[in-house]
Amino acid sequence: MAIDLDRCTGCMACSVACQAENNVSFRADESDKLRSITWLEVYHLQNGKEYPDYQFTYLPRPCMHCDSPHHSPCTFVCPVNATTRDEVSGIVNHIYPRCIGCRYCIVACPYHARDFNWWDPKWPKSMESMLSPEVSTRMRGVVEKCTFCHHRLLKARSKAYLDGIDPNEATYVPACAEACPTKAITFGNLLDPESEVAKLSKDPRAFRILAKLNTEPKVYYLSKHQWVHKLGDNSF
Amino acid sequence: MDKALIPEGVKRCPLPAFALWVLVLLGVIGWGVYAGIMVLLKALNLTGLNDYFGFGLYITVDLAIIALGAGAFFSGFLYYGLSRFFPALKELHKIINLAVIVGFVCYTGALAVLLLEIGQPIRGWFGYWHANVHSMLTEVIFCITCYAIVLVIEYVPIVLENRKLSEIKPLRLFGHNLHELMAIFALTGTFLSFFHQGSLGGVAGVLFARPFAYRTGFFIWPWTFFLFIFSAIASGPGFTALICRAIEKVTGKNLVDRSVYELIAKIVGGLLLFYITLKIADTLYWALVLAPEAGLKLTDFYWGPYGIWLLVTEIIICGVIPAILLLTPQTRQSNIIMFSMFFLNCVGVCINRFVMTVQAIAAPVMPFDKWEIYVPTVYEWAPCIAMVAYCILIISLSYRYLPLFPRERELNPAP
Repeated sequence: MAIDLDRCTGCMACSVACQAENNVSFRADESDKLRSITWLEVYHLQNGKEYPDYQFTYLPRPCMHCDSPHHSPCTFVCPVNATTRDEVSGIVNHIYPRCIGCRYCIVACPYHARDFNWWDPKWPKSMESMLSPEVSTRMRGVVEKCTFCHHRLLKARSKAYLDGIDPNEATYVPACAEACPTKAITFGNLLDPESEVAKLSKDPRAFRILAKLNTEPKVYYLSKHQWVHKLGDNSF
Repeated sequence: MDKALIPEGVKRCPLPAFALWVLVLLGVIGWGVYAGIMVLLKALNLTGLNDYFGFGLYITVDLAIIALGAGAFFSGFLYYGLSRFFPALKELHKIINLAVIVGFVCYTGALAVLLLEIGQPIRGWFGYWHANVHSMLTEVIFCITCYAIVLVIEYVPIVLENRKLSEIKPLRLFGHNLHELMAIFALTGTFLSFFHQGSLGGVAGVLFARPFAYRTGFFIWPWTFFLFIFSAIASGPGFTALICRAIEKVTGKNLVDRSVYELIAKIVGGLLLFYITLKIADTLYWALVLAPEAGLKLTDFYWGPYGIWLLVTEIIICGVIPAILLLTPQTRQSNIIMFSMFFLNCVGVCINRFVMTVQAIAAPVMPFDKWEIYVPTVYEWAPCIAMVAYCILIISLSYRYLPLFPRERELNPAP
């Protein structure tokens, strides 16, 4: 995934789309932000200078689906193999019925991309019929996170199979990228050098958050501002 | 009936006084059990934990109590394993029963609190069924279970030494035979507990995306793996000695010879010096090499309540000073200094476990993150305090009804 921060307006459409697509539960009082479940959190970054040099940007943060050798920071710590990385798609997934809720993966993730279900998930009665049947809801006491809309990948693979195409060639777009009105989010196969996302990852404006920790995040950010690069990684 | 259960030739407090003491402890345990049940029923939202602080008081207390309980396996290792080569260690025979009981209560208490810590306690057995061999937590789960079983086996013969129980021939024979096998169990326990203490250190050390906790290491084990072992064996015997001293103070009796405390002080002092030297080396490497590699400097890891004072207290006040004073014969002569140093040593290991659990995740990693502060709620304090009450209860019952101290009769002759 590549996210062009110079295009992002901070409209939060990506976050809302993610919430709706993935049946992310919420509470009547969401004032405790350290306990609210947000798969795609939008950060507000500032350059710390006074007007007229003041600048700010928004930074949407999905799960980075880290590509570090052998294991992602979260996958190898899970004692019950509830979170695993699919080495074909590169997606880091979470098996909710297997999760024991030890939260070791939350501790291991430096991006705060993982959320714990502190309460039983509930939706207003009128919203229950709007829940997506393609994504399972999560129970209290387990961890959840962005899956790059893995269910859409499965759907695309099934369709490719039926169409007589190699399922590994199937392409799809996650809900956040689809919802972005400025097309700031580009999604695709980073391993395919011809894909747009692979080209964007080589862009001189591209950087990754905390690249120096060797987590190898699969989410690239694009910004022409050096202060944004510096805020993304201490190594600049 | 109470009198019939008390070991022969020793004096214990009147039953009403003991019953009142037990009642107080049961009250505290009841309070903790209530809080624990509420957490199980209403979930972890009752705690101070959140998505920033995935680990908190439960884990800190577990790590600390398990480190302090290391006196059991290490004293067992010294007594059953090494005393044949170093006869001076045979002196530990006088305190080994207490060491086993301290280890037993620490481990079983920690297991009870651990049950509250997981969001889906009913799935706790998944740790054995879906075990991820790459996870340090898997190593913890297996080692803590096996070692808790070993501690039960070690505790059983002590229980069977009770006056009334030993009158039953099959039980007496069973207990005696277990005693004969104890060296094997003690050494098995040593092996398991070495790994267990180490894997608890590994839990933090392998977090390569958390610069505060991450350490390089040897093969698959980060340096914290070894540091946790050394810190546990450097503090565990001292903790056992402190408990023994506390029982002596409460009961007004001499229970072990001073030479036992002297020996423990020498062992603890030497191990602490060894550990703290490695810890200082590790801290320097972390501050000067690992942190800069992650784009951070030492001062980035300390802020507000999680200040540098924690590092100074842990290493200097609770490490270097106790090591020096315990190894100096003159200062070791003073009971006040010796037991204070044991206490500081135990405080140091608790700070270390807190720092590697809570501060490790309080420190921001992303440059646009900010520090957060973790405040445990009463639902976290109550089960932890209850666990301490449980430990005191088992030790109290064991002291009253079991012949824990072989020298008690000689040291406290009847008037």
